Amino acid sequence: MHEEQLNPTLHSEEIIGEAETFKNQLLRLKRENKLAVFSAFVIFLFILAAVFAPLLTPYGYADEDIMNRLQPPSSEHWLGTDDAGRDVFTRLLYGARISLAVGIIPTMISILFGAMVGIIAGFVGGKVDAVIMRIADVMLAFPSMLLAMVIMYTLGDGIINIFLALALVNWASVARVVRSETLALKKSEYVEAARCIGVKQRVIMMRHILPNCLPSMIVLFTLNIPSSILAESSLSFLGVGIQLPQAAWGLMVNTGRQFFYSHPWLSLAPSIAIMIIVMAFNFLGDGLRDVMDPHLKK
Amino acid sequence: MLKSIASRIGQTLIVIVGVAMLIFFLLRIVPGNAVATMMSEHADAATIARISAELGLDKPWYVQFWIYITGALHGDFGTSYALHRPVKELLLLSFPNTVKLAVLAALVAWIIGVLAGIVAAQKKNGFLDRIFMGFSLLGVSMPVFMVAMILQYTIAYKLHWLPISGGDSLKCFILPAIALGWNSAGSIARLTRSTLLEVLQEDYIDTARAKGRSQMGVIVLHALRNAMLPVLTMMALQLSSLLSGAVITETVFGINGIGRLAVDAISGRDIPLLQGTVLFTTVLVVLGNLVADCLYTVLDPRIRKEA
Amino acid sequence: MEQEYTLQIENLRSSFLTDNGEVKAVNEVSINVPKGSIVGIVGESGCGKSMTARSVMRLLKYPGKIMGGSILLEGKDLTQLSEKEMQSVRGGEISMIFQEPMTSLNPVVKVGKQVSEAAMLHQNISAAEAKELVLEIFRRVGISEAEKRYESFPHQLSGGLRQRVMIAMAMICRPKLLIADEPTTALDVTVEAQILKLMKQLRDETGMSIIIISHNLGVIAELCDYVYVMYAGRVVEEADVFTLFESPRHPYTKGLLNSVSALELEQERLETIPGSVPNLRRLPAGCAFCARCAYAMEYCPEQLPQLQEVAHGHRVRCHLVEGGAANGEE
Repeated sequence: MHEEQLNPTLHSEEIIGEAETFKNQLLRLKRENKLAVFSAFVIFLFILAAVFAPLLTPYGYADEDIMNRLQPPSSEHWLGTDDAGRDVFTRLLYGARISLAVGIIPTMISILFGAMVGIIAGFVGGKVDAVIMRIADVMLAFPSMLLAMVIMYTLGDGIINIFLALALVNWASVARVVRSETLALKKSEYVEAARCIGVKQRVIMMRHILPNCLPSMIVLFTLNIPSSILAESSLSFLGVGIQLPQAAWGLMVNTGRQFFYSHPWLSLAPSIAIMIIVMAFNFLGDGLRDVMDPHLKK
Repeated sequence: MLKSIASRIGQTLIVIVGVAMLIFFLLRIVPGNAVATMMSEHADAATIARISAELGLDKPWYVQFWIYITGALHGDFGTSYALHRPVKELLLLSFPNTVKLAVLAALVAWIIGVLAGIVAAQKKNGFLDRIFMGFSLLGVSMPVFMVAMILQYTIAYKLHWLPISGGDSLKCFILPAIALGWNSAGSIARLTRSTLLEVLQEDYIDTARAKGRSQMGVIVLHALRNAMLPVLTMMALQLSSLLSGAVITETVFGINGIGRLAVDAISGRDIPLLQGTVLFTTVLVVLGNLVADCLYTVLDPRIRKEA
Repeated sequence: MEQEYTLQIENLRSSFLTDNGEVKAVNEVSINVPKGSIVGIVGESGCGKSMTARSVMRLLKYPGKIMGGSILLEGKDLTQLSEKEMQSVRGGEISMIFQEPMTSLNPVVKVGKQVSEAAMLHQNISAAEAKELVLEIFRRVGISEAEKRYESFPHQLSGGLRQRVMIAMAMICRPKLLIADEPTTALDVTVEAQILKLMKQLRDETGMSIIIISHNLGVIAELCDYVYVMYAGRVVEEADVFTLFESPRHPYTKGLLNSVSALELEQERLETIPGSVPNLRRLPAGCAFCARCAYAMEYCPEQLPQLQEVAHGHRVRCHLVEGGAANGEE
């Protein structure tokens, strides 16, 4: 308290920070957080690998070569081959497609849906709020892995179903955060003012509330991506996610597991890939949160 | 205080009913006949009808729901289709193992997480801080199965210090507990660090220092208790993720716990078992959250008096 | 007769060591606190008065640091003590109470415990004896129903009561010096008067010394024997309280007094000091007040005026009283 009075200049940066545009925040992130920039670069590399997978490898992800199964790493097969003779490096590249898609698509769905529901609950209040939030409570009560497993059981295997399952599991926590922000914004003077001059509710929600929830939505987005990737890999690892001969990292760990003691790289390579991408998204998300949300500052 | 706890219990009951309903309907909107999916593709119509009748799946859904709810209230979750044993029996058999695993993992997470968080906050931006925070990020970024398999490979397979899998002795639970707790330890360390740093800025910390307390005294007697409040809330959430992780840890280490039961239920297409396992586990989590909430109320006098 | 001092601050310098360089928040400040007296430090926000107090306690918040000078408590230099020795000084020989009674007490610990904690830290007594002491001091600082209040949590008490608890906590080890940093700023006017009266009464009973920090000249006039006026990290005028209020010499002090007395004289217009507190990073080489000073002379921004004794115990840092610029260098 005293320092603040004593030395306004010490805090000038944060004061500027509040009125910062998104672009400026990104520039500040670039300037101040080298780790976040590096993480963004790593993610970019993974995206390149996923997009250009067919150009980077002569093999197909499902090409079996039973004569050359369980090969150790060599110049022909950089990371060796699995129990059906599929090239592990190739499957790693194609696996990036699934992990990135699973990280981004269901997270996007859950953020959009969760935000919509959260804004409505917070803004309309009353019974609507009570019903929506009780449903969210129920969703949040489940250990997420078990809920995802049950949904996958019901829907059946396949990547679209994984998207649905993860989106269903994750929307509730987003709704909770956005709802509490909406409640705070609802009391703000400019929303009061908009109401007083008779602006329609729908317009207030879209024009005044939603834009102000955007920073936390972006932060939630980047921080939920890694947990979605981890969730998919766990589901595939347990055999209720992506199925062979598709190439998903969690699945590769699982198929490699029976040969783990003799051929550890079969499981280790995809594990490390998961770890790196999750870490990169975590660093980037942390960095974004630091520049975008003054309340959550470290 | 009693009033707030009472309303909290009321909310919990609503959530439990909601959970029961959701599980019930999720497992019955399987496209096509649930029994047909449970069985292999080439089961004949007569068998399907017989099994449906056996499981009560031929009755209208509201009758089924009534049977399911009243049964669950009496602790009767039906009979496992694949294992031909009451689900309740299977649950009671697996439950102690999961509890043992979860408690040990929570201990690992708590002790490592809180200590690392305190040290990191103490040496803010110092060498130890960077090391611990790096490790905690590694902790939250590694998939549970990866930690589990690496521990299994190094400690058990290469060094022979601990058994690879199976077994009921405490020794067999050490590696699984570390694998499961590792993840939570990372997030607890990060949260402890950040809340502690925040609390250390509070005016009452100055007061405690002005009284002549040492740095350690200030942290332990004044800062930690306030900083632990959010950490406690998080611990309750961690119970849920511990049980999620237990599914994988139990699978990797071959522990006969509830998570493994759920995986078996899915691969055996065993609806009663899956239904019972998920319901039981979720209710456990909900009750755990309730206990944490009450504990929070007791620890924070501001909330205690609000009611 | 030789004056006895409880505290002598000599040429104290404290700074914030920020990433963008040193910010001199306390600059060559010397303050003497005679035994049994109440000394006021007055100034606007950011003049370094709180920083001076925190320097005495050696409780500067990061990135603040004492850069030089000495702080003598009955001859013992506090800047030279180890952290361990300093801990027995804090709360034992010097106590401090803070501005915000709302946030200065630990919200999850009973107030009685918080006070007895201070007693047990510095006196070799049992918990039961400490509780007796606390109840006694509670009564002395005017907390009614002491037994009941002992068991209260901070949020159950009013602001005035909390500040009484803070005073009780500060007084329980009978310190030689009490530092009160804006002790009544957060309180109602009526409660403020009670608290000030209490502090004066405690001084009379125990003979301790008090440093009171305030931006409120009314509080200073009410309570203090001596006053130091600070501006931008330096003492600009010091005198006993009558001299300062009767015949202030520094333009800044005059400005402060005018802005208050205007109310009492029922003037049409409240006089204010034009401009605002200067940025500590960009101070002029000379007098920091010159930019706002109606009497500023050509060389004021260039040449730093020295503290000049104009009467016994009355010192002013201003070129106006130095008898010409030739005298500027000492």
